[in-house]
Amino acid sequence: MIRGFVFCGESLYSPKMLEGDKTGQVVGRDIPLHRDPKIRAIAFQAAAVLFFVWALWTIGSNTVANMEERGIVLGLSWLDKLAPFQVGFSPFLDNVLGENIYWRIFFIGVQNTIYVSFFGIIAATLLGFVIGVMRLSPNWLVAKIASVYVEIFRNIPLLLWFFFWYFIVFLPALPGVRESISFVDAVFINKSGLYLPLPVAESSSAAAVFLLICLAAVVGVAYLVRWARKRQDWTGKQFPALSASLAILILVPVAGFYVSGSPYSLEYAKLGTFQLSGGINLTTEFFVVWFALTTYTAAFIGENVRGGILAVSHGQTEAARSLGLHHGQNIRLVIIPQAMRVIIPPTISQYLNLTKNSTLAIAIAYEEIASIWMGISLNTTGQALIIIAMTVGVFWTLSFLTSALLNWYNKRVQLTER
Amino acid sequence: MSKFTPIPAREPPASSVGVVGWVRTHLFSSWFNSVLTVLILWSLLQIVLPALQWLFLDASWGGANSDACKTDFISPEDGEHYRVDAPGACWTFTKVRFVQIMFGLYFAAHPSEVWRPVLMFALFGGLMAPLFMPAFRWKWQLGVFTLLVFPFIAFALVHGEWLGLPVAETNEWGGFMLTFFLAVGGIVLALPIGIVMALGRRSDLPIIRSLCVFYIELWRAAPLITILFMASNLLPLFFPSGVDFDKVVRALIAITMFQSAYTAEAIRGGLQAIPKGQGEAASALGMGYWKNTGFIILPQAMKISIPGIVNTFIELFKDTTLVGIIGLHDFLGSAQIAARSPDWKGYDFEAYVYVALIFFMCCFAMSKYSQHLERKLDTGHKER
Repeated sequence: MIRGFVFCGESLYSPKMLEGDKTGQVVGRDIPLHRDPKIRAIAFQAAAVLFFVWALWTIGSNTVANMEERGIVLGLSWLDKLAPFQVGFSPFLDNVLGENIYWRIFFIGVQNTIYVSFFGIIAATLLGFVIGVMRLSPNWLVAKIASVYVEIFRNIPLLLWFFFWYFIVFLPALPGVRESISFVDAVFINKSGLYLPLPVAESSSAAAVFLLICLAAVVGVAYLVRWARKRQDWTGKQFPALSASLAILILVPVAGFYVSGSPYSLEYAKLGTFQLSGGINLTTEFFVVWFALTTYTAAFIGENVRGGILAVSHGQTEAARSLGLHHGQNIRLVIIPQAMRVIIPPTISQYLNLTKNSTLAIAIAYEEIASIWMGISLNTTGQALIIIAMTVGVFWTLSFLTSALLNWYNKRVQLTER
Repeated sequence: MSKFTPIPAREPPASSVGVVGWVRTHLFSSWFNSVLTVLILWSLLQIVLPALQWLFLDASWGGANSDACKTDFISPEDGEHYRVDAPGACWTFTKVRFVQIMFGLYFAAHPSEVWRPVLMFALFGGLMAPLFMPAFRWKWQLGVFTLLVFPFIAFALVHGEWLGLPVAETNEWGGFMLTFFLAVGGIVLALPIGIVMALGRRSDLPIIRSLCVFYIELWRAAPLITILFMASNLLPLFFPSGVDFDKVVRALIAITMFQSAYTAEAIRGGLQAIPKGQGEAASALGMGYWKNTGFIILPQAMKISIPGIVNTFIELFKDTTLVGIIGLHDFLGSAQIAARSPDWKGYDFEAYVYVALIFFMCCFAMSKYSQHLERKLDTGHKER
């Protein structure tokens, strides 16, 4: 008996089973339906969809029944109600004590998550580069210290770092309100955080003029950099674009401040009965979350940087040397630009990880989305379904944006080879 | 004419070989490096010596209560005697509260039952040890036994109901044991889901593929805390009102879901590393999808993805500390609670150092092992 598929011409699309009959003549026979790849594909997928829909439907109907049983009304009207608690930390959004509706609490949470992640990302990138470059140092001690740093931070849970920095290091080290460390009565440091003077606009029209001048400086710098690069491409002449831009970015706003008639004055923090009020307050919790996320993520970014630099082949360095570039030029113009292609994608994933890890702040009550939204708001309203869905939605959005950014970057830097 | 005899090569100068040479090239290669080396050595001495002093020399190891960690102090102001904290670490604390930190409240309250978790860990060690011996021949069978049968033995021993022992309810479980159960249970349960999802993500069937991508990205995008909150707040809503899980099971479900997505990605990496020719050769031999996948692709892909899975396991092992936030007493949580009990107040630094040391040892050993595996398993299949 001969069995097999005929894979030629038409029959590729309608496979027939071959069977030698008694006379030895080969005849074609339709293969049974359950063996037909096309039918099987449809059946499998239909089963998967049915299972998915069934699971969703079961979960949905159970949820509705359970919520009715517990007297929770599924809806969004509670989002406009006043929240019976206050949020202490909100750098941008207005936060009037006792007058926040739940919508506002949500946005304050999102804002605080993004705020701490933003500063964490910047600091972790800088520290990570230092660590990564240190690991490749010709000095054995420096390289060892960097690798000990990486191993210590990578192999101990982040939550433990949060507790350690908060309860062991910073809270005991900082003084009470009465004993605040102060610098020229403008900057204060105590247990409840760092107090900075807050610039307050005195006249809105003058402030607008000042902001316009600042904007003009930024735009001017962008044009200057483009012009300098173009000129170098055409003529080979270099222009000190970095120092010129820095000068413009510092001098123009300073000049503009006086030209527009000093539109801002500083509001200093003042010592009240129990706490300082006024000014900008960066709470200890904010600082600890920022510090813990930075030191932890820097270990991972350092590994990316080290891997990226090692991935640039040694021939590049040799070629640069033979062209007469010195060590600094070689690093800056040859190694780093090529290493960046390897370093950036995993580092962007680390940025997303840092943002996700900022939810651990719930453990020390920094008021970001996990703690004031998923924690406190859930407890006061019982609207678990919507609150958790909104929280997860925020992180989905962030991770979607991150992967879009990654794809865009990968497409842009992809080597175009033959 | 005399025969040409080459002069033997001169020895390299003594300053460029041996210890002296190494020190010169690695520590004092330039004036900048020399300054750096001296500065670092000096600051290391400032940090490491006091740390060692605190950790070992001045530490108190014996005793049965916090008095062992205190020392006499005569106040210069009023001349009275005070008992104040000794300058060293108080390892008496971790010694006295060892059972609570390791096995949780139930076993701390019932010292006669401590043999159960100890026997469980000993069994686990006994089962794992042969897997690391190259000469052991029944690795495969032992591995399957450990995966499929051991969890039931462990549960029976620790919970105790099946063996007629006094019952240790799951909500009284805690300490390192709970961390171990959640992490190991999570990875074992996540493995089959991860395999299915990884295969689904690489399937030719568009609906299956998009469902699997949806599943994987759903869990990967959300932080573990939100998933733990989901499990503790939403899971009871999803099931008919009679069904209720206890806290440990809820956390385990959350961790499994979370981990399965990461496992799936690790396995997908392995699947992508298998050259296409392997699957094509299997098809040419007449193997269908299941045989092809089960006998040709998966065994090779799993082998390649083991280091990746170990890496995700290390992350998971550290992340299990988050269950403390939804009210379970894991390793970190138990140590914290022990350090906040009235008779041991003020020893939380010791608690954190102790937990950190054990986490470090476990994770460091696993990551070194995963790197070793990566080198050992690298059979040149990976396309570079």
